[in-house]
Amino acid sequence: MSLALSIGVLAAAGVFLVLQRGMIRIILGFVLLTHAVNLLIIAAGGVARRDAPFVGGDTSQAADPLPQAFVLTAIVIAFAITVVLATFAAVGRRDDDTEPESRPPLNGESAKEVEGR
Amino acid sequence: MIGFIEALLPLFVGAPLLIGGVLFVLPRQHRLRQILGIGSLLAMLGGAIALVVITSDGTVLAHQIGLWPGGIAIPFVADAFSSLILAATALVAAVSFQYMIASGEARSPSIASFVLVLAGGVAGALLTADLFNLFVFIEVMLLPSYGLLVILSRRGDMAGSRLYVTVNLLASTLFLAGVGLIYAVQGTVNLAELAGAGDDPATAIATAVCLAAIAVKAAVFPVHGWLARAYAAASPAVAALFSGLHTKVAVYIVYRISSVIFEGDGPWMTAIMILASLTLVVGAFAALGEREIRPVLMFQMISGIGFILIGVALFTPLGLTAGIAYMVHHMVVMGSLLLIASAIEQTYGSGRLDRVAGLRTREPLLTAAFVVAALSLAGLPPFSGFVAKYALVLASADADIVIVAGLLVIVSLVALMSMMRVWAEMFNGKRHADVELLAAEARIRTRHGVFDDETVDADEVAAEAARAVERHDPPRGAPATDDDPHGHRGTRIPIRLILPALTLATISVGLGFGGELLLHLAEQAGSALLDTSDYVRAVIGP
Repeated sequence: MSLALSIGVLAAAGVFLVLQRGMIRIILGFVLLTHAVNLLIIAAGGVARRDAPFVGGDTSQAADPLPQAFVLTAIVIAFAITVVLATFAAVGRRDDDTEPESRPPLNGESAKEVEGR
Repeated sequence: MIGFIEALLPLFVGAPLLIGGVLFVLPRQHRLRQILGIGSLLAMLGGAIALVVITSDGTVLAHQIGLWPGGIAIPFVADAFSSLILAATALVAAVSFQYMIASGEARSPSIASFVLVLAGGVAGALLTADLFNLFVFIEVMLLPSYGLLVILSRRGDMAGSRLYVTVNLLASTLFLAGVGLIYAVQGTVNLAELAGAGDDPATAIATAVCLAAIAVKAAVFPVHGWLARAYAAASPAVAALFSGLHTKVAVYIVYRISSVIFEGDGPWMTAIMILASLTLVVGAFAALGEREIRPVLMFQMISGIGFILIGVALFTPLGLTAGIAYMVHHMVVMGSLLLIASAIEQTYGSGRLDRVAGLRTREPLLTAAFVVAALSLAGLPPFSGFVAKYALVLASADADIVIVAGLLVIVSLVALMSMMRVWAEMFNGKRHADVELLAAEARIRTRHGVFDDETVDADEVAAEAARAVERHDPPRGAPATDDDPHGHRGTRIPIRLILPALTLATISVGLGFGGELLLHLAEQAGSALLDTSDYVRAVIGP
């Protein structure tokens, strides 16, 4: 149950962030989404059995190693892509219309208010 | 003998990845990089054609990676379908890379590596029979694509690249979630072990999550919107490369999953049929409204995805044959058209229909390639489009879905209309006085590496344009009419930029005259999809 709840919360937060304008927020949202999916895969293997597999010959309580291998691979890929995304956020800023800071403050509006948007 | 060839299957993935990695660390060897790059792609094409020949009698080649027992190992499988698509992707990749060499884009140090890694990922995605492994190969395909998008982007504009990355990333994450769900229900992600598992509702829904993610990548209506914008921001040659590889791999996966897991199960195929019909209509009409050549072609491509998916939605022997034949035809013709657009954009610095005109009298070769490819796309004989479309219409009529058959014909007419628009405005039309200036500006930008959103000195452009008009004599046989302000003097598209497009157009003619061969290969591929027992037996043993 706690696993299902955390997947739900992570996915909701991830979707919310991905729908925001800023590239950084999208990246963070994507990170949360991958975490949600990783937990989903772990849950797919069943979390009741937790003993080490391939040790001692008794496999009745052994954890399923396959989803863990999946998640390990997925984490590496997600990490690589997060770096690529971060590069996208850092380079080519002059045409980035996803960040609001380039907009000059309107009359009677402080710079802080503009930033808060 | 067969066992030996089976053991070579992983080479389709391993060799490009390895060579790509080696090329990356080679210091400043343009020539060597380009030769090795095109050489490996051609070798891949050769290997794929060999696979097509071997599998054309229904043989299924399978190799368990690491020689683990079947069902545990990651299997690589080549049947008639995957071999045929592998050959077509290798062809498009080789020709697009040839264009990149000709246009000088391949001079950037990492391009050859990126293209090879991309080709390796595509081969892996086509050959693997393991859903998680498929996810990995899709990512292997995507990572070099991000690099290609950014490095070769001619505008300083990264918005399209960001869109591409974000959309594809979300689709991949969704696909991974689908794979996780399938594992939760079935306890395996091996495609062969999942054969026929679509009868179970839970598995069917989990698989549908995967299919939804793949539909985003294939740009199926209603999730097609990202494609035209993202590809329009890329360099034209990259767009040609991607259009032949990425969306077609996604369509391939739809075919594979529909046949193996769903086994053509009624309601799911009806859903695909409806989406495919909408895709082909929406794509064709959206293309009519565009003002640049590349978006026109992009929407034609989306429309083509609809055509291909109709084949799998019918799931009759004739339907699958027609769909697969259409897929091969579409890859070749779309590649040709996009490379034509690339040559125009590269030389004239713009793909706007209202700014470039009068290509017909100046560029006989390019015009010939365009006429062939455009008519083939619309489906006129004797080109490959006619064979594929005729088979598809026949298949839908045969399955008593007359509405779809009618739709296919009408949409083909609309496709012809949008091609005629390009013809009328870009090729026929009176040449404007400022075309020469545009071309001169494009040359200056390329020479100095200036992005499209920075300004160029107007005097320099005018001087360059005047020089070009002095330097080039009119082509032989150009009529002395007054629809050209420079009397046919000035910029012309270099022949090396036209040749790749012409190659693909010629292949389209060949596939049209040799329609028998194309349909025979597609029929073999279709029967491999219709009866998956050979596939299953090859992967997990009898």
